[in-house]
Amino acid sequence: MDLVVAVLFQLIYVISNLALISLGLAIIFGMMRVINLAHGEFLMLGGYTVVVATNAGVNIWVSMLILAPLVVGIIGVIVERLLIRWLYGRMVDTLLATWGLSLLLVGIVTSIFGASTGTTVSPPLGVVRIGDYSASGYELFLVVVTIVLLFGVWLTLRFTKLGLLARGTMQNAEMASALGVSTSRIYMITFGLGAAVSGLAGGLLAPMTGVLPTIGATYIAKAFITVISGGSAILAGTTAGSVLLGGINGVFSFVAGSTFGEIALLMAAIILLRLMPRGITGRFFRKSI
Amino acid sequence: MNSGILRQMRPTFVYALLGVVFMFVAPNVLQLFTIINLTTAIALAVLALSLALIWGYGGILCFGQVAFFGLGAYVYTISAINFGGSTWAILMSVLVTSAFAAALGYFIFYGRVSDVYLGVITLTVTLIFFSLIRRTSGPEYKIGNALLGGFNGVSSPPINLPWNTSSFLFPEQVFYVAISALILCYVFVGWLVNTKFGRVCVAIRENELRAELLGYDIRAYKLGIFTIGAGIAAIGGVLFCNGVGRITPDVFNLYNAALTIIWVIVGGRGTLIGPVGATFALFYLTSALGGQTVLNNNLVLGVILIIFVLLVPKGVAPTIIDRVNARRRKVPTRARRRRSSRAEGTQ
Repeated sequence: MDLVVAVLFQLIYVISNLALISLGLAIIFGMMRVINLAHGEFLMLGGYTVVVATNAGVNIWVSMLILAPLVVGIIGVIVERLLIRWLYGRMVDTLLATWGLSLLLVGIVTSIFGASTGTTVSPPLGVVRIGDYSASGYELFLVVVTIVLLFGVWLTLRFTKLGLLARGTMQNAEMASALGVSTSRIYMITFGLGAAVSGLAGGLLAPMTGVLPTIGATYIAKAFITVISGGSAILAGTTAGSVLLGGINGVFSFVAGSTFGEIALLMAAIILLRLMPRGITGRFFRKSI
Repeated sequence: MNSGILRQMRPTFVYALLGVVFMFVAPNVLQLFTIINLTTAIALAVLALSLALIWGYGGILCFGQVAFFGLGAYVYTISAINFGGSTWAILMSVLVTSAFAAALGYFIFYGRVSDVYLGVITLTVTLIFFSLIRRTSGPEYKIGNALLGGFNGVSSPPINLPWNTSSFLFPEQVFYVAISALILCYVFVGWLVNTKFGRVCVAIRENELRAELLGYDIRAYKLGIFTIGAGIAAIGGVLFCNGVGRITPDVFNLYNAALTIIWVIVGGRGTLIGPVGATFALFYLTSALGGQTVLNNNLVLGVILIIFVLLVPKGVAPTIIDRVNARRRKVPTRARRRRSSRAEGTQ
């Protein structure tokens, strides 16, 4: 019984981890049809913000929950103004330009902090006992944060004025701008928010994974695949993609080790895209957010 | 018709001839170290050529061209170790890689997966190879006599003379093999894009729906060009592991996948000499940057990619060609002559 709970918890953790790293990308992709290949680097920047701030004496919770999203959100707005806004509607070009941005950010961070970082922060919170087994309290915290974050995005999109304008712009940008919505500003805010969510995710994961300039590469493939498999609906897509791929990853990792878990995830994504080229929400839950 | 193709291919022959001249001059002028380095650059140029074919002419944005390149290198190395000679190994490499690409392509194109989603799938395949092969360190992971070696890779046996397993080629001789292979691949691709097959592929790139309504099976054409591209990438892989001396899972990483795309975008889609030239230019740029620590490789490549996407989206070679053509058009008689000759060519 305890084993079942422990394994189940691990599975839920894998799923929510996937949702956490994908959500920022999903917001940007779902709203603006921009695939941001520098997403992994946004996560990396969030991680660096936490490490630098914590080592400078800032409380770790403040740096994780406030500083990381703030810093990366600002960077996101700058990137949108300088780079992305010239490329709307040209999906392949945005993808290539953000790939360039990703290399650029890796280069800048490597130049500043070196190719590897010695100073890391250790995860706060202790161990939670599940009968004879123990789980990390911090993992539990991450699961809770992911759920809160998904719920928060849902609330924002569903009940605020900004959410309404954003959904309107997403459905029909020309109509929205004819009705007096500044779509350019909506895009800028959306991109900034997506970047902020990525920064938050990166900051939260930094104590678990440590930080490296190239750590983005380990996230980007998974996040990219989850979002594309999920389809264009932001929340339903991310959730469906994470549950399916994360579930497969978790089960195969448990049976055959973590490398096979990852390979199973990638294989599942390929088969899924063959069966549903527009992602899960391209076929099911079409009306969802 | 046949003479039409030859006329279309005139620039291709000119560049090929320049390549042949270079082949005979270079070893007499350059040092051995430079020649060995050049062999690696040539191998990468073959890879760029293969992506120039399928992306520039086929319109298939394949993020995972390095997967075929690396697979070709691995198949060559493993079969050369097992067969004790390179002749069949090279053949095996091209065949296995093409077969793999055909299977993957069947899956993609007959499932009507397109543009960005295709990119994701091919990139995913590359990353699968990366994580799979990286894990194979240990004596239990071997194919025949060849240990896969995990992260450290396998050392590749050098090419030998056909069916003569005792006479291995020296590095300077491998250079001749490499540059001949590049020239042959270049002429082959230059010919291919001027055949009917190549023209239909360009038509599909321009407008899929229209090409389909004209009665062409776009799935089959895309699959065809994708498979041929993978075979050429495999040849590049064979040359690469010969130039470097070993093959490691690092060929499959994200950086190399990005690099391939950058060569083609800098050189220009829709040309062949552009990506090949860009490969050499960027290869020497990155090795020059390796000597200093102020500017990081990633930083420079990132800036190059961003600048080209934003400011020179066509790439270097098409921009130059457009300039030259615009200047030529100012001379009316000459333009008329060119137009009439083109009309002859298509008859």
